[in-house]
Amino acid sequence: MSFFEDIRVGDTYALGRHTFTAAEIKNFATRYDPQAFHVDETAAKNSHFGALCASGWHTAAVWMRSMVAYRRRASEAARGRGEAVGAIGPALGFRDLKWLKPVYVNDAIDYAAEVVEMRASKSRPTLGLMSVRATGTNQNGELVISFVSTTFVERRTKP
Amino acid sequence: MSKRYWEDFKPGAVEIYDSRLVTREEIVAFAAEFDPQPMHLDEAAASTTLLGGLGASGWHMGCLLMRMIADSFILDSSSMGAPGIEELRWLKPLRPDTRVHLRATVLDTRASKSRPEMGLTRFRYEMIDEAGEVVVAMVVPTMFGRREKGVS
Repeated sequence: MSFFEDIRVGDTYALGRHTFTAAEIKNFATRYDPQAFHVDETAAKNSHFGALCASGWHTAAVWMRSMVAYRRRASEAARGRGEAVGAIGPALGFRDLKWLKPVYVNDAIDYAAEVVEMRASKSRPTLGLMSVRATGTNQNGELVISFVSTTFVERRTKP
Repeated sequence: MSKRYWEDFKPGAVEIYDSRLVTREEIVAFAAEFDPQPMHLDEAAASTTLLGGLGASGWHMGCLLMRMIADSFILDSSSMGAPGIEELRWLKPLRPDTRVHLRATVLDTRASKSRPEMGLTRFRYEMIDEAGEVVVAMVVPTMFGRREKGVS
Protein backbone atom coordinates (compact mmCIF):
# COMPACT_ATOMS: atom_id res chain seq x y z
CA MET A 1 0.00 0.00 0.00
CA SER A 2 1.22 3.39 -0.83
CA PHE A 3 -0.04 6.94 -0.47
CA PHE A 4 -3.61 8.16 -0.11
CA GLU A 5 -3.67 9.33 -3.74
CA ASP A 6 -2.68 5.87 -5.02
CA ILE A 7 -5.47 3.95 -3.31
CA ARG A 8 -8.88 3.50 -4.98
CA VAL A 9 -12.24 2.36 -3.65
CA GLY A 10 -12.58 -1.24 -4.80
CA ASP A 11 -8.89 -2.11 -4.41
CA THR A 12 -8.63 -5.54 -2.79
CA TYR A 13 -5.83 -7.21 -0.90
CA ALA A 14 -5.52 -10.98 -0.38
CA LEU A 15 -3.71 -11.16 2.96
CA GLY A 16 -3.03 -14.88 3.21
CA ARG A 17 -4.36 -17.93 5.03
CA HIS A 18 -4.08 -19.02 8.65
CA THR A 19 -5.03 -22.40 10.12
CA PHE A 20 -6.14 -22.29 13.77
CA THR A 21 -4.78 -25.10 15.98
CA ALA A 22 -6.34 -26.22 19.27
CA ALA A 23 -3.18 -25.21 21.14
CA GLU A 24 -3.17 -21.63 19.87
CA ILE A 25 -6.94 -21.22 20.31
CA LYS A 26 -6.60 -22.21 23.98
CA ASN A 27 -3.40 -20.22 24.48
CA PHE A 28 -4.98 -17.01 23.17
CA ALA A 29 -8.25 -17.52 25.04
CA THR A 30 -6.47 -18.26 28.32
CA ARG A 31 -4.89 -14.83 28.09
CA TYR A 32 -7.71 -12.68 26.71
CA ASP A 33 -11.07 -14.46 26.57
CA PRO A 34 -11.18 -17.44 28.96
CA GLN A 35 -14.83 -18.39 28.36
CA ALA A 36 -15.25 -22.17 28.68
CA PHE A 37 -16.05 -22.77 24.99
CA HIS A 38 -12.66 -21.21 24.01
CA VAL A 39 -10.43 -23.02 26.54
CA ASP A 40 -11.93 -26.45 27.29
CA GLU A 41 -12.91 -29.10 24.70
CA THR A 42 -15.40 -30.86 26.98
CA ALA A 43 -17.16 -27.67 28.05
CA ALA A 44 -17.19 -26.51 24.42
CA LYS A 45 -18.78 -29.79 23.32
CA ASN A 46 -21.61 -29.22 25.79
CA SER A 47 -22.07 -25.56 24.78
CA HIS A 48 -24.20 -24.20 21.93
CA PHE A 49 -21.00 -24.11 19.80
CA GLY A 50 -20.67 -27.91 19.94
CA ALA A 51 -16.86 -27.92 19.82
CA LEU A 52 -13.83 -25.83 20.80
CA CYS A 53 -13.75 -22.58 18.80
CA ALA A 54 -11.52 -19.53 18.66
CA SER A 55 -12.29 -16.31 20.52
CA GLY A 56 -13.60 -13.76 18.04
CA TRP A 57 -10.82 -11.45 19.21
CA HIS A 58 -8.32 -14.10 18.14
CA THR A 59 -9.86 -14.30 14.66
CA ALA A 60 -9.65 -10.49 14.46
CA ALA A 61 -6.08 -10.25 15.81
CA VAL A 62 -4.86 -12.69 13.15
CA TRP A 63 -6.47 -10.45 10.48
CA MET A 64 -4.34 -7.58 11.84
CA ARG A 65 -1.19 -9.72 11.82
CA SER A 66 -1.94 -10.75 8.22
CA MET A 67 -2.47 -7.11 7.25
CA VAL A 68 0.79 -5.96 8.86
CA ALA A 69 2.73 -8.75 7.11
CA TYR A 70 1.08 -7.87 3.77
CA ARG A 71 1.96 -4.19 4.15
CA ARG A 72 5.55 -5.05 5.06
CA ARG A 73 5.94 -7.17 1.91
CA ALA A 74 4.36 -4.46 -0.24
CA SER A 75 6.56 -1.75 1.30
CA GLU A 76 9.74 -3.75 0.81
CA ALA A 77 8.82 -4.37 -2.83
CA ALA A 78 8.13 -0.66 -3.37
CA ARG A 79 11.43 0.35 -1.76
CA GLY A 80 13.14 -2.22 -3.99
CA ARG A 81 11.75 -0.33 -6.99
CA GLY A 82 13.07 2.91 -5.54
CA GLU A 83 9.60 4.19 -4.63
CA ALA A 84 8.65 6.16 -1.54
CA VAL A 85 6.31 4.42 0.92
CA GLY A 86 3.44 6.25 2.63
CA ALA A 87 2.83 5.83 6.34
CA ILE A 88 -0.37 4.08 7.46
CA GLY A 89 -2.03 4.35 10.87
CA PRO A 90 -3.05 4.72 13.53
CA ALA A 91 -6.60 3.47 13.09
CA LEU A 92 -9.57 5.36 14.54
CA GLY A 93 -11.71 2.31 15.15
CA PHE A 94 -14.01 -0.12 13.41
CA ARG A 95 -17.72 -0.74 13.00
CA ASP A 96 -20.15 -3.49 12.02
CA LEU A 97 -17.92 -6.29 13.24
CA LYS A 98 -19.76 -9.57 12.78
CA TRP A 99 -18.63 -13.02 13.85
CA LEU A 100 -20.73 -14.93 11.35
CA LYS A 101 -19.56 -18.49 11.98
CA PRO A 102 -17.44 -20.05 14.72
CA VAL A 103 -13.79 -20.77 13.86
CA TYR A 104 -13.22 -24.37 14.91
CA VAL A 105 -9.97 -26.30 15.36
CA ASN A 106 -8.09 -26.74 12.06
CA ASP A 107 -10.29 -24.26 10.18
CA ALA A 108 -8.21 -22.47 7.53
CA ILE A 109 -9.16 -18.81 7.21
CA ASP A 110 -8.36 -16.69 4.15
CA TYR A 111 -8.05 -13.05 5.15
CA ALA A 112 -8.73 -10.11 2.84
CA ALA A 113 -9.39 -6.37 2.79
CA GLU A 114 -11.31 -4.25 0.30
CA VAL A 115 -11.15 -0.45 0.20
CA VAL A 116 -14.70 0.87 0.68
CA GLU A 117 -14.14 4.61 1.27
CA MET A 118 -11.41 7.24 0.83
CA ARG A 119 -11.92 10.72 2.26
CA ALA A 120 -10.00 13.78 3.40
CA SER A 121 -9.21 14.31 7.08
CA LYS A 122 -10.56 17.64 8.32
CA SER A 123 -8.32 17.68 11.37
CA ARG A 124 -5.11 16.54 9.66
CA PRO A 125 -4.62 17.97 6.14
CA THR A 126 -1.42 15.95 5.51
CA LEU A 127 -3.42 12.73 5.92
CA GLY A 128 -6.43 11.03 4.43
CA LEU A 129 -8.80 8.45 5.86
CA MET A 130 -9.13 4.99 4.36
CA SER A 131 -11.91 2.58 5.28
CA VAL A 132 -11.52 -1.08 4.41
CA ARG A 133 -13.92 -3.96 4.76
CA ALA A 134 -11.93 -6.70 6.47
CA THR A 135 -12.99 -10.31 5.99
CA GLY A 136 -12.05 -13.86 6.91
CA THR A 137 -13.45 -16.81 4.94
CA ASN A 138 -13.15 -20.47 5.93
CA GLN A 139 -12.22 -23.48 3.82
CA ASN A 140 -15.91 -24.01 2.93
CA GLY A 141 -16.19 -20.51 1.48
CA GLU A 142 -18.19 -19.25 4.47
CA LEU A 143 -17.55 -15.77 5.84
CA VAL A 144 -16.51 -16.08 9.51
CA ILE A 145 -15.64 -12.45 10.30
CA SER A 146 -16.34 -9.08 8.71
CA PHE A 147 -15.79 -5.50 9.87
CA VAL A 148 -15.10 -2.02 8.51
CA SER A 149 -11.90 -0.42 9.82
CA THR A 150 -10.89 3.24 9.37
CA THR A 151 -7.24 4.30 9.32
CA PHE A 152 -5.15 7.40 8.63
CA VAL A 153 -3.07 7.26 5.43
CA GLU A 154 -0.30 9.70 4.48
CA ARG A 155 -0.89 11.99 1.47
CA ARG A 156 1.71 12.23 -1.27
CA THR A 157 0.95 15.90 -1.84
CA LYS A 158 0.96 18.01 1.30
CA PRO A 159 -1.07 21.23 1.27
CA MET B 1 -22.15 -11.65 43.24
CA SER B 2 -24.15 -14.66 42.10
CA LYS B 3 -24.24 -15.97 38.56
CA ARG B 4 -25.98 -13.54 36.25
CA TYR B 5 -28.62 -14.32 33.67
CA TRP B 6 -30.28 -12.23 30.95
CA GLU B 7 -32.99 -11.08 33.40
CA ASP B 8 -30.38 -9.46 35.67
CA PHE B 9 -29.32 -6.71 33.22
CA LYS B 10 -31.44 -3.56 33.45
CA PRO B 11 -31.25 -0.73 30.87
CA GLY B 12 -29.31 2.25 32.21
CA ALA B 13 -27.40 0.25 34.82
CA VAL B 14 -23.76 1.38 35.10
CA GLU B 15 -21.09 -0.64 36.85
CA ILE B 16 -17.45 0.17 37.56
CA TYR B 17 -15.10 -2.74 38.02
CA ASP B 18 -11.63 -3.31 39.47
CA SER B 19 -8.61 -1.76 37.80
CA ARG B 20 -5.54 -3.44 36.32
CA LEU B 21 -2.08 -2.26 35.34
CA VAL B 22 -1.00 -2.54 31.70
CA THR B 23 2.76 -3.01 31.55
CA ARG B 24 5.26 -2.20 28.81
CA GLU B 25 6.19 -5.88 28.71
CA GLU B 26 2.68 -7.02 27.81
CA ILE B 27 2.19 -4.19 25.28
CA VAL B 28 5.35 -5.23 23.42
CA ALA B 29 4.57 -8.96 23.71
CA PHE B 30 1.11 -8.59 22.17
CA ALA B 31 2.44 -6.35 19.40
CA ALA B 32 5.27 -8.75 18.57
CA GLU B 33 2.73 -11.54 18.15
CA PHE B 34 -0.17 -9.78 16.39
CA ASP B 35 0.64 -6.20 15.38
CA PRO B 36 4.41 -5.78 14.90
CA GLN B 37 4.51 -2.09 13.97
CA PRO B 38 7.21 0.27 15.32
CA MET B 39 4.75 2.40 17.34
CA HIS B 40 3.87 -0.64 19.47
CA LEU B 41 7.36 -2.10 19.84
CA ASP B 42 10.04 0.52 20.31
CA GLU B 43 10.08 3.94 22.03
CA ALA B 44 12.52 5.62 19.62
CA ALA B 45 10.69 4.43 16.50
CA ALA B 46 7.31 5.22 18.09
CA SER B 47 8.31 8.81 18.86
CA THR B 48 8.35 9.69 15.14
CA THR B 49 4.88 8.23 14.46
CA LEU B 50 1.43 9.80 14.86
CA LEU B 51 1.08 7.95 18.16
CA GLY B 52 3.86 10.18 19.51
CA GLY B 53 5.43 7.45 21.62
CA LEU B 54 5.05 3.79 22.51
CA GLY B 55 1.40 2.78 22.78
CA ALA B 56 -0.54 -0.49 22.83
CA SER B 57 -1.89 -2.00 19.63
CA GLY B 58 -5.56 -1.14 19.25
CA TRP B 59 -6.27 -4.86 19.04
CA HIS B 60 -4.43 -5.35 22.31
CA MET B 61 -6.65 -2.69 23.87
CA GLY B 62 -9.69 -4.57 22.58
CA CYS B 63 -8.38 -7.89 23.88
CA LEU B 64 -7.58 -6.37 27.29
CA LEU B 65 -11.08 -4.92 27.43
CA MET B 66 -12.45 -8.39 26.61
CA ARG B 67 -10.41 -9.90 29.45
CA MET B 68 -11.58 -7.24 31.90
CA ILE B 69 -15.21 -7.86 30.86
CA ALA B 70 -14.71 -11.63 31.25
CA ASP B 71 -13.19 -11.30 34.71
CA SER B 72 -15.72 -8.70 35.85
CA PHE B 73 -18.89 -10.68 35.21
CA ILE B 74 -19.09 -12.66 31.97
CA LEU B 75 -17.30 -15.74 33.32
CA ASP B 76 -19.87 -15.95 36.10
CA SER B 77 -22.88 -15.52 33.84
CA SER B 78 -24.99 -17.42 31.34
CA SER B 79 -23.16 -15.67 28.45
CA MET B 80 -23.46 -17.42 25.10
CA GLY B 81 -20.99 -15.08 23.41
CA ALA B 82 -21.47 -12.04 21.19
CA PRO B 83 -22.50 -12.01 17.51
CA GLY B 84 -20.31 -8.98 16.87
CA ILE B 85 -19.32 -5.44 17.86
CA GLU B 86 -21.43 -2.56 16.56
CA GLU B 87 -18.67 0.00 16.94
CA LEU B 88 -15.27 0.32 18.58
CA ARG B 89 -13.36 3.59 18.85
CA TRP B 90 -9.74 4.09 19.90
CA LEU B 91 -9.89 7.48 21.61
CA LYS B 92 -6.51 7.85 23.30
CA PRO B 93 -3.17 6.00 23.18
CA LEU B 94 -2.70 3.41 25.93
CA ARG B 95 0.81 4.03 27.29
CA PRO B 96 2.99 1.58 29.25
CA ASP B 97 2.31 1.28 32.99
CA THR B 98 -1.16 2.81 32.86
CA ARG B 99 -3.75 1.64 35.35
CA VAL B 100 -7.15 1.21 33.70
CA HIS B 101 -10.61 0.13 34.80
CA LEU B 102 -13.81 -0.99 33.11
CA ARG B 103 -17.12 0.87 32.99
CA ALA B 104 -20.03 -1.19 31.69
CA THR B 105 -23.35 0.46 30.81
CA VAL B 106 -26.45 -1.55 29.84
CA LEU B 107 -27.94 0.19 26.80
CA ASP B 108 -30.94 -2.02 26.19
CA THR B 109 -32.10 -5.58 26.48
CA ARG B 110 -34.58 -7.76 24.62
CA ALA B 111 -35.80 -11.33 24.57
CA SER B 112 -35.02 -13.46 21.53
CA LYS B 113 -38.14 -14.11 19.47
CA SER B 114 -36.78 -17.27 17.85
CA ARG B 115 -34.98 -18.73 20.88
CA PRO B 116 -37.00 -18.59 24.10
CA GLU B 117 -34.02 -19.84 26.14
CA MET B 118 -31.98 -16.67 25.51
CA GLY B 119 -32.03 -12.90 25.38
CA LEU B 120 -29.79 -10.15 24.02
CA THR B 121 -28.29 -7.31 26.04
CA ARG B 122 -26.39 -4.41 24.45
CA PHE B 123 -23.55 -2.90 26.48
CA ARG B 124 -21.32 0.12 26.13
CA TYR B 125 -17.93 -0.86 27.50
CA GLU B 126 -15.29 1.75 28.25
CA MET B 127 -11.69 1.37 29.36
CA ILE B 128 -10.84 4.37 31.55
CA ASP B 129 -7.38 5.55 32.59
CA GLU B 130 -6.12 7.19 35.80
CA ALA B 131 -7.04 10.63 34.44
CA GLY B 132 -10.65 9.45 34.11
CA GLU B 133 -10.43 9.56 30.32
CA VAL B 134 -11.82 6.89 28.02
CA VAL B 135 -9.04 5.22 26.00
CA VAL B 136 -11.22 2.74 24.09
CA ALA B 137 -15.00 2.33 23.90
CA MET B 138 -17.23 -0.18 22.18
CA VAL B 139 -20.87 -1.22 21.84
CA VAL B 140 -21.42 -4.97 22.04
CA PRO B 141 -24.63 -7.01 21.92
CA THR B 142 -24.24 -10.16 24.03
CA MET B 143 -26.41 -13.30 24.16
CA PHE B 144 -27.31 -14.61 27.60
CA GLY B 145 -29.24 -17.66 28.69
CA ARG B 146 -32.44 -16.85 30.58
CA ARG B 147 -33.05 -17.89 34.16
CA GLU B 148 -36.58 -18.77 33.18
CA LYS B 149 -37.38 -19.79 29.66
CA GLY B 150 -39.60 -17.20 27.98
CA VAL B 151 -42.82 -17.84 26.12
CA SER B 152 -42.12 -17.77 22.40
